[in-house]
Amino acid sequence: MDKLFFDTNAPMADLDRVDGRAKVTGAAKYAAEYDLPGMTYGVLAGSNITKGTITAIDTKGAEKAPGVIAVITHLNAPKIPGYDEGTNPAKGQTGGKGLRIFNDNIIRFNGQPIALVIADTFERATYAASLIKAQYNKEAPHTDLVDAMKTDKPLEGQRYNEVVRGEKDAWKGAPVKIESTYIMPIHVHNPMELHATTVRWDGDDKVTVWEKTQGVKSTQQSVMQAFKLEEKNVQVNAQYVGGGFGAALRTWPHAIAALMGAKKTGKPLKLVLTRPQMFTLVGYRPEAIQKIAIGANTDGRLMGMMHEAAAITSTYEAFNEGLVKMTLQLYACANVTTKYNIYQLDVSTPTWMRGPGEATGSFPLECGLDELSYALKMDPIELRLRNYAETDPENGKPYSSKFLKEAYELGKDKIDWKRRNPEPKSMKDGEWQVGYGMSTGLFGAFRGQANLAAKLYADGTLLLQSAVSDSGPGTATAMVQIASDAMGIPANKIRFELGDSSLPPGPTQGGSSTTSTLGAAVSNACVTLKKKLAEAAKKSPVFGGDVAVESLDFSKGELSLKGDDSKRLSYGDVIKGAALSSIDVIENAVPNPAMQKYSAYSYSVHFVRVKVHPLTGVVRIDKIVTAADAGKIVSYKTAESQMIGGVVGGLGGALMEEGVIDHRYGRWVNNNLADYHVPVHADVPHIEAYFVNKPDPVLNPVGSKGMGEIALIGFAAAVANAIYHATGKRIRQLPITPDKILEANSI
Amino acid sequence: MIPFDYARPATVGAAVASINKDATAQLIAGGTNLVDLMKRGVMSPQKLIDVTRLPLKEIKEANGIIRIGALALNSEVAENETIRKALPLLSQALNAGASAQIRNMATVGGNAMQRTRCPYFYDTVMPCNKRQPGTGCSALKGYNRMHAIFGASDKCIAVNPSDMCIALAALEATVIVAGAKGERRIPILDFHRLPGDNPAKDNNLQKGEMITAIEVPVNKAFAKNSLYQKIRDRASYAFALVSVAAALDIKGKTIQQARLAMGGVAHKPWRLTTAETFLKGKEATVANFQQAAALALKDAKSYGHNDFKLTLAPNTIVHTLKTLTGI
Ligand SMILES: Cc1cc2nc3c(=O)[nH]c(=O)nc-3n(C[C@H](O)[C@H](O)[C@H](O)COP(=O)(O)OP(=O)(O)OC[C@H]3O[C@@H](n4cnc5c(N)ncnc54)[C@H](O)[C@@H]3O)c2cc1C
Repeated sequence: MDKLFFDTNAPMADLDRVDGRAKVTGAAKYAAEYDLPGMTYGVLAGSNITKGTITAIDTKGAEKAPGVIAVITHLNAPKIPGYDEGTNPAKGQTGGKGLRIFNDNIIRFNGQPIALVIADTFERATYAASLIKAQYNKEAPHTDLVDAMKTDKPLEGQRYNEVVRGEKDAWKGAPVKIESTYIMPIHVHNPMELHATTVRWDGDDKVTVWEKTQGVKSTQQSVMQAFKLEEKNVQVNAQYVGGGFGAALRTWPHAIAALMGAKKTGKPLKLVLTRPQMFTLVGYRPEAIQKIAIGANTDGRLMGMMHEAAAITSTYEAFNEGLVKMTLQLYACANVTTKYNIYQLDVSTPTWMRGPGEATGSFPLECGLDELSYALKMDPIELRLRNYAETDPENGKPYSSKFLKEAYELGKDKIDWKRRNPEPKSMKDGEWQVGYGMSTGLFGAFRGQANLAAKLYADGTLLLQSAVSDSGPGTATAMVQIASDAMGIPANKIRFELGDSSLPPGPTQGGSSTTSTLGAAVSNACVTLKKKLAEAAKKSPVFGGDVAVESLDFSKGELSLKGDDSKRLSYGDVIKGAALSSIDVIENAVPNPAMQKYSAYSYSVHFVRVKVHPLTGVVRIDKIVTAADAGKIVSYKTAESQMIGGVVGGLGGALMEEGVIDHRYGRWVNNNLADYHVPVHADVPHIEAYFVNKPDPVLNPVGSKGMGEIALIGFAAAVANAIYHATGKRIRQLPITPDKILEANSI
Repeated sequence: MIPFDYARPATVGAAVASINKDATAQLIAGGTNLVDLMKRGVMSPQKLIDVTRLPLKEIKEANGIIRIGALALNSEVAENETIRKALPLLSQALNAGASAQIRNMATVGGNAMQRTRCPYFYDTVMPCNKRQPGTGCSALKGYNRMHAIFGASDKCIAVNPSDMCIALAALEATVIVAGAKGERRIPILDFHRLPGDNPAKDNNLQKGEMITAIEVPVNKAFAKNSLYQKIRDRASYAFALVSVAAALDIKGKTIQQARLAMGGVAHKPWRLTTAETFLKGKEATVANFQQAAALALKDAKSYGHNDFKLTLAPNTIVHTLKTLTGI
């Protein structure tokens, strides 16, 4: 069983990132930075058509090009044994079958890899790949969701059934109601680090992979299944990951191609995607068109809600996520109807992207609530408080912890909400219209299973090891902090090792659950360490024999007797005294069974103040305050950075990010970072992140909930709501660029 | 990217000789545009003539004219004291372009020669008359949010992306070029061309010629009263949706002379001569600015996604003039 150790009154720990120096000095090595003797380089050539079949493929030019070692196409690709069984990685993670690279001549999306060229340098491989010439039997592409909603049937199945809670159309009978459609384009993860796979086979059945992945164990499993290898013969390394945001949650076909290529040539191989390939080969957040309808009593109590979402997926996989779930979960409303439709188009498969599901679903929901607040002439925060859920509206369960009210209060105070004139279009700063907006974000607080090794050495240092990845949030820092707090050992004497599949199995980094899951393992391991230390201390004359762990204090990095701290012994002396070289613990931390009785969510409340220039439609976000109930904050700096990073992502989604496909060709038109805009420094004002910082007493022993997703969820709505307040223009389509402001009608 | 040869001549004569001798040779300066285009397979020169070591970096003023060497960096020009004092409009326009890193590599000659950012030009698969004459213009009925509202043809609706050249157009600069037959002077407004039936040709530089300098006349009145306003999708590091370069000679409340040029609206820097003529001798009032803007837009035509420019363009003209005159 977990045991609580935290001191809820202690100030938030504020450790610098333990990997910070390595990252900023370039000492940190990423998947593409391993150079092995005899390295070869793989480059993928992509299809120029969107749909059809390859009728002929001419690889002669490429094969004859200087430095080329091999060219692999569907005609000569070695068989991937795992492909036959439909197991990972070809199995779709949420239905369907993943793209089996070079497995047939069918083209399913524009840019689908049709050949892998392997050469002795990257440049030569790139040139040779440009010489691959395919002939196709071409069919008309179908990539437009608007068209699909007119002509196609959405997928059917349990996941897509209408969900009716209470009475179906209750919102229609309400005295005050709104009904609107909201549109969100494709968003692309675009981490700075390109996806990369470096592979070295040692014989036919043993391989080492350096991979950009959010889960070294899940990548290991995928490689094992694809190539029918034993676990001990597949080593996956991801010491550093340069951003993931969900794009590195699965083993994508290019990684299988790299493994296939290296196996075929018998030489180590490095394959790095190009930036344009990052738009088609590693997922994206699907485009969505969503209808929202909300009805309320004149006192603001919700009488009914309806949320119907349509989103895109590929023809070969049914990617789905909880687009409409938040509407069922956030507010106390007896009558809610949701429907989730996905349409299969000639595009590559989308995947989870930061705030998966909720980031999309919160846009109509939280803008809809804002629309309703104006219809009611009620403060939008007040409207939310009137419908505050004291128990989970889905199942009536109590929350393991919920401090959303406190987050509203915190944020409201810091943004100075009282200065907001409730009347839209009423506030000005010179030529600029000024507006305030807010929204709520919610995401389930999860905890999985994690194994961890802890070794306390005689020199007083502590080593922690688990096979997890850190895609950026600062996992090692948080874990070091937890251990430091638990053991009283200074952080610089603790090392956390990760990114290596041979370590004890840890979780994949996703769903904002790493700190909860792994933090529990660290905390539990420390509890066990203390017991073992007490046991080992028996041999020491200091405590005079048997001493119960409860009567010992560990907070100063040593054992001391509570009430008589003249009796003390350093950890090192305990270990040496017991003639040991270290005290070792292997911890397997599993979720708390008590959680079955509870619901658990993290919450964010975003506040923004915007300025809109009425002549040019330019929007500037002037101030951002984001307040979160993410449980106990175990590591303040990384937590704050996590919130700030999520907000910057949200700002991009609100104001500039838009993946554009030309539906006539089914081809991307802005697949580069000059045309696909993400925020630059000048777009980002000072962001203030605040935490309620109250522990969740049930979820895990450290009291933390998740944070990565809520940082972004709801943010776009806060911006759109502020723009409405500033201008009287309700913009229901992202991104809110100057053209949309100029073309929208004012109230 | 295809394999290519590389040469680094030491004199302008040698550089000009190389591009005259070899039809597949191409000059490279900062490379910030050309290398991208080569990587995407849009341009495939077989020989690169690196001009960055040529002695063409000087910025100097003589007889009321500032001469800027073709290889002066965008950042050097923008920060140069003489330029900031005498041609603040040019400094502002340069600083509104690209990013600090790119401006540190990009040269004045390369900036004037940079190619359109039309996505169909940048992709070798979709049709584009500029990249592959005769294949058609994908932008005409495609994704044309960034495209032209002035002077386009049914063969091409791309825009010239340069900020620098918009300021140069308002300031009536002259492009100095060297060719096999010696030096030639081309007024900036005659340098770039409209697409017409031959969109493959961006400008009137002839085969075998290179830019050696740009000359800009100094006008003290304009130096006191000029402003570059760029409207874009993010606060920095984005191409213009529209931009306006404005310079006014103003006495009391009366405009003696106005210079107005727009970016993001045409295949070349677009001078607003009817608006300028209208404003001459008029009072600086919002009503006059609005009327001038309406006149400027008389021949504008949009293509769907860029319909908003018919509103944004005149609004930005008014906004720029208002800001400039403090009205
Ligand atoms: C991401 C990105 C964003 C950008 N944003 C902006 C922006 O907002 N505003 C803006 O104005 N620009 C922008 N730019 C474009 C940038 O200004 C140009 O790339 C740059 O000015 C080109 O200069 P260069 O010296 O690097 O030219 P190069 O890339 O070396 O050459 C460009 C062309 O000019 C030719 N050339 C070079 N020198 C000469 C010469 N002396 N005589 C004749 N021909 C010559 C070359 O042959 C080549 O065809 C952006 C570029 C990028 C990559």
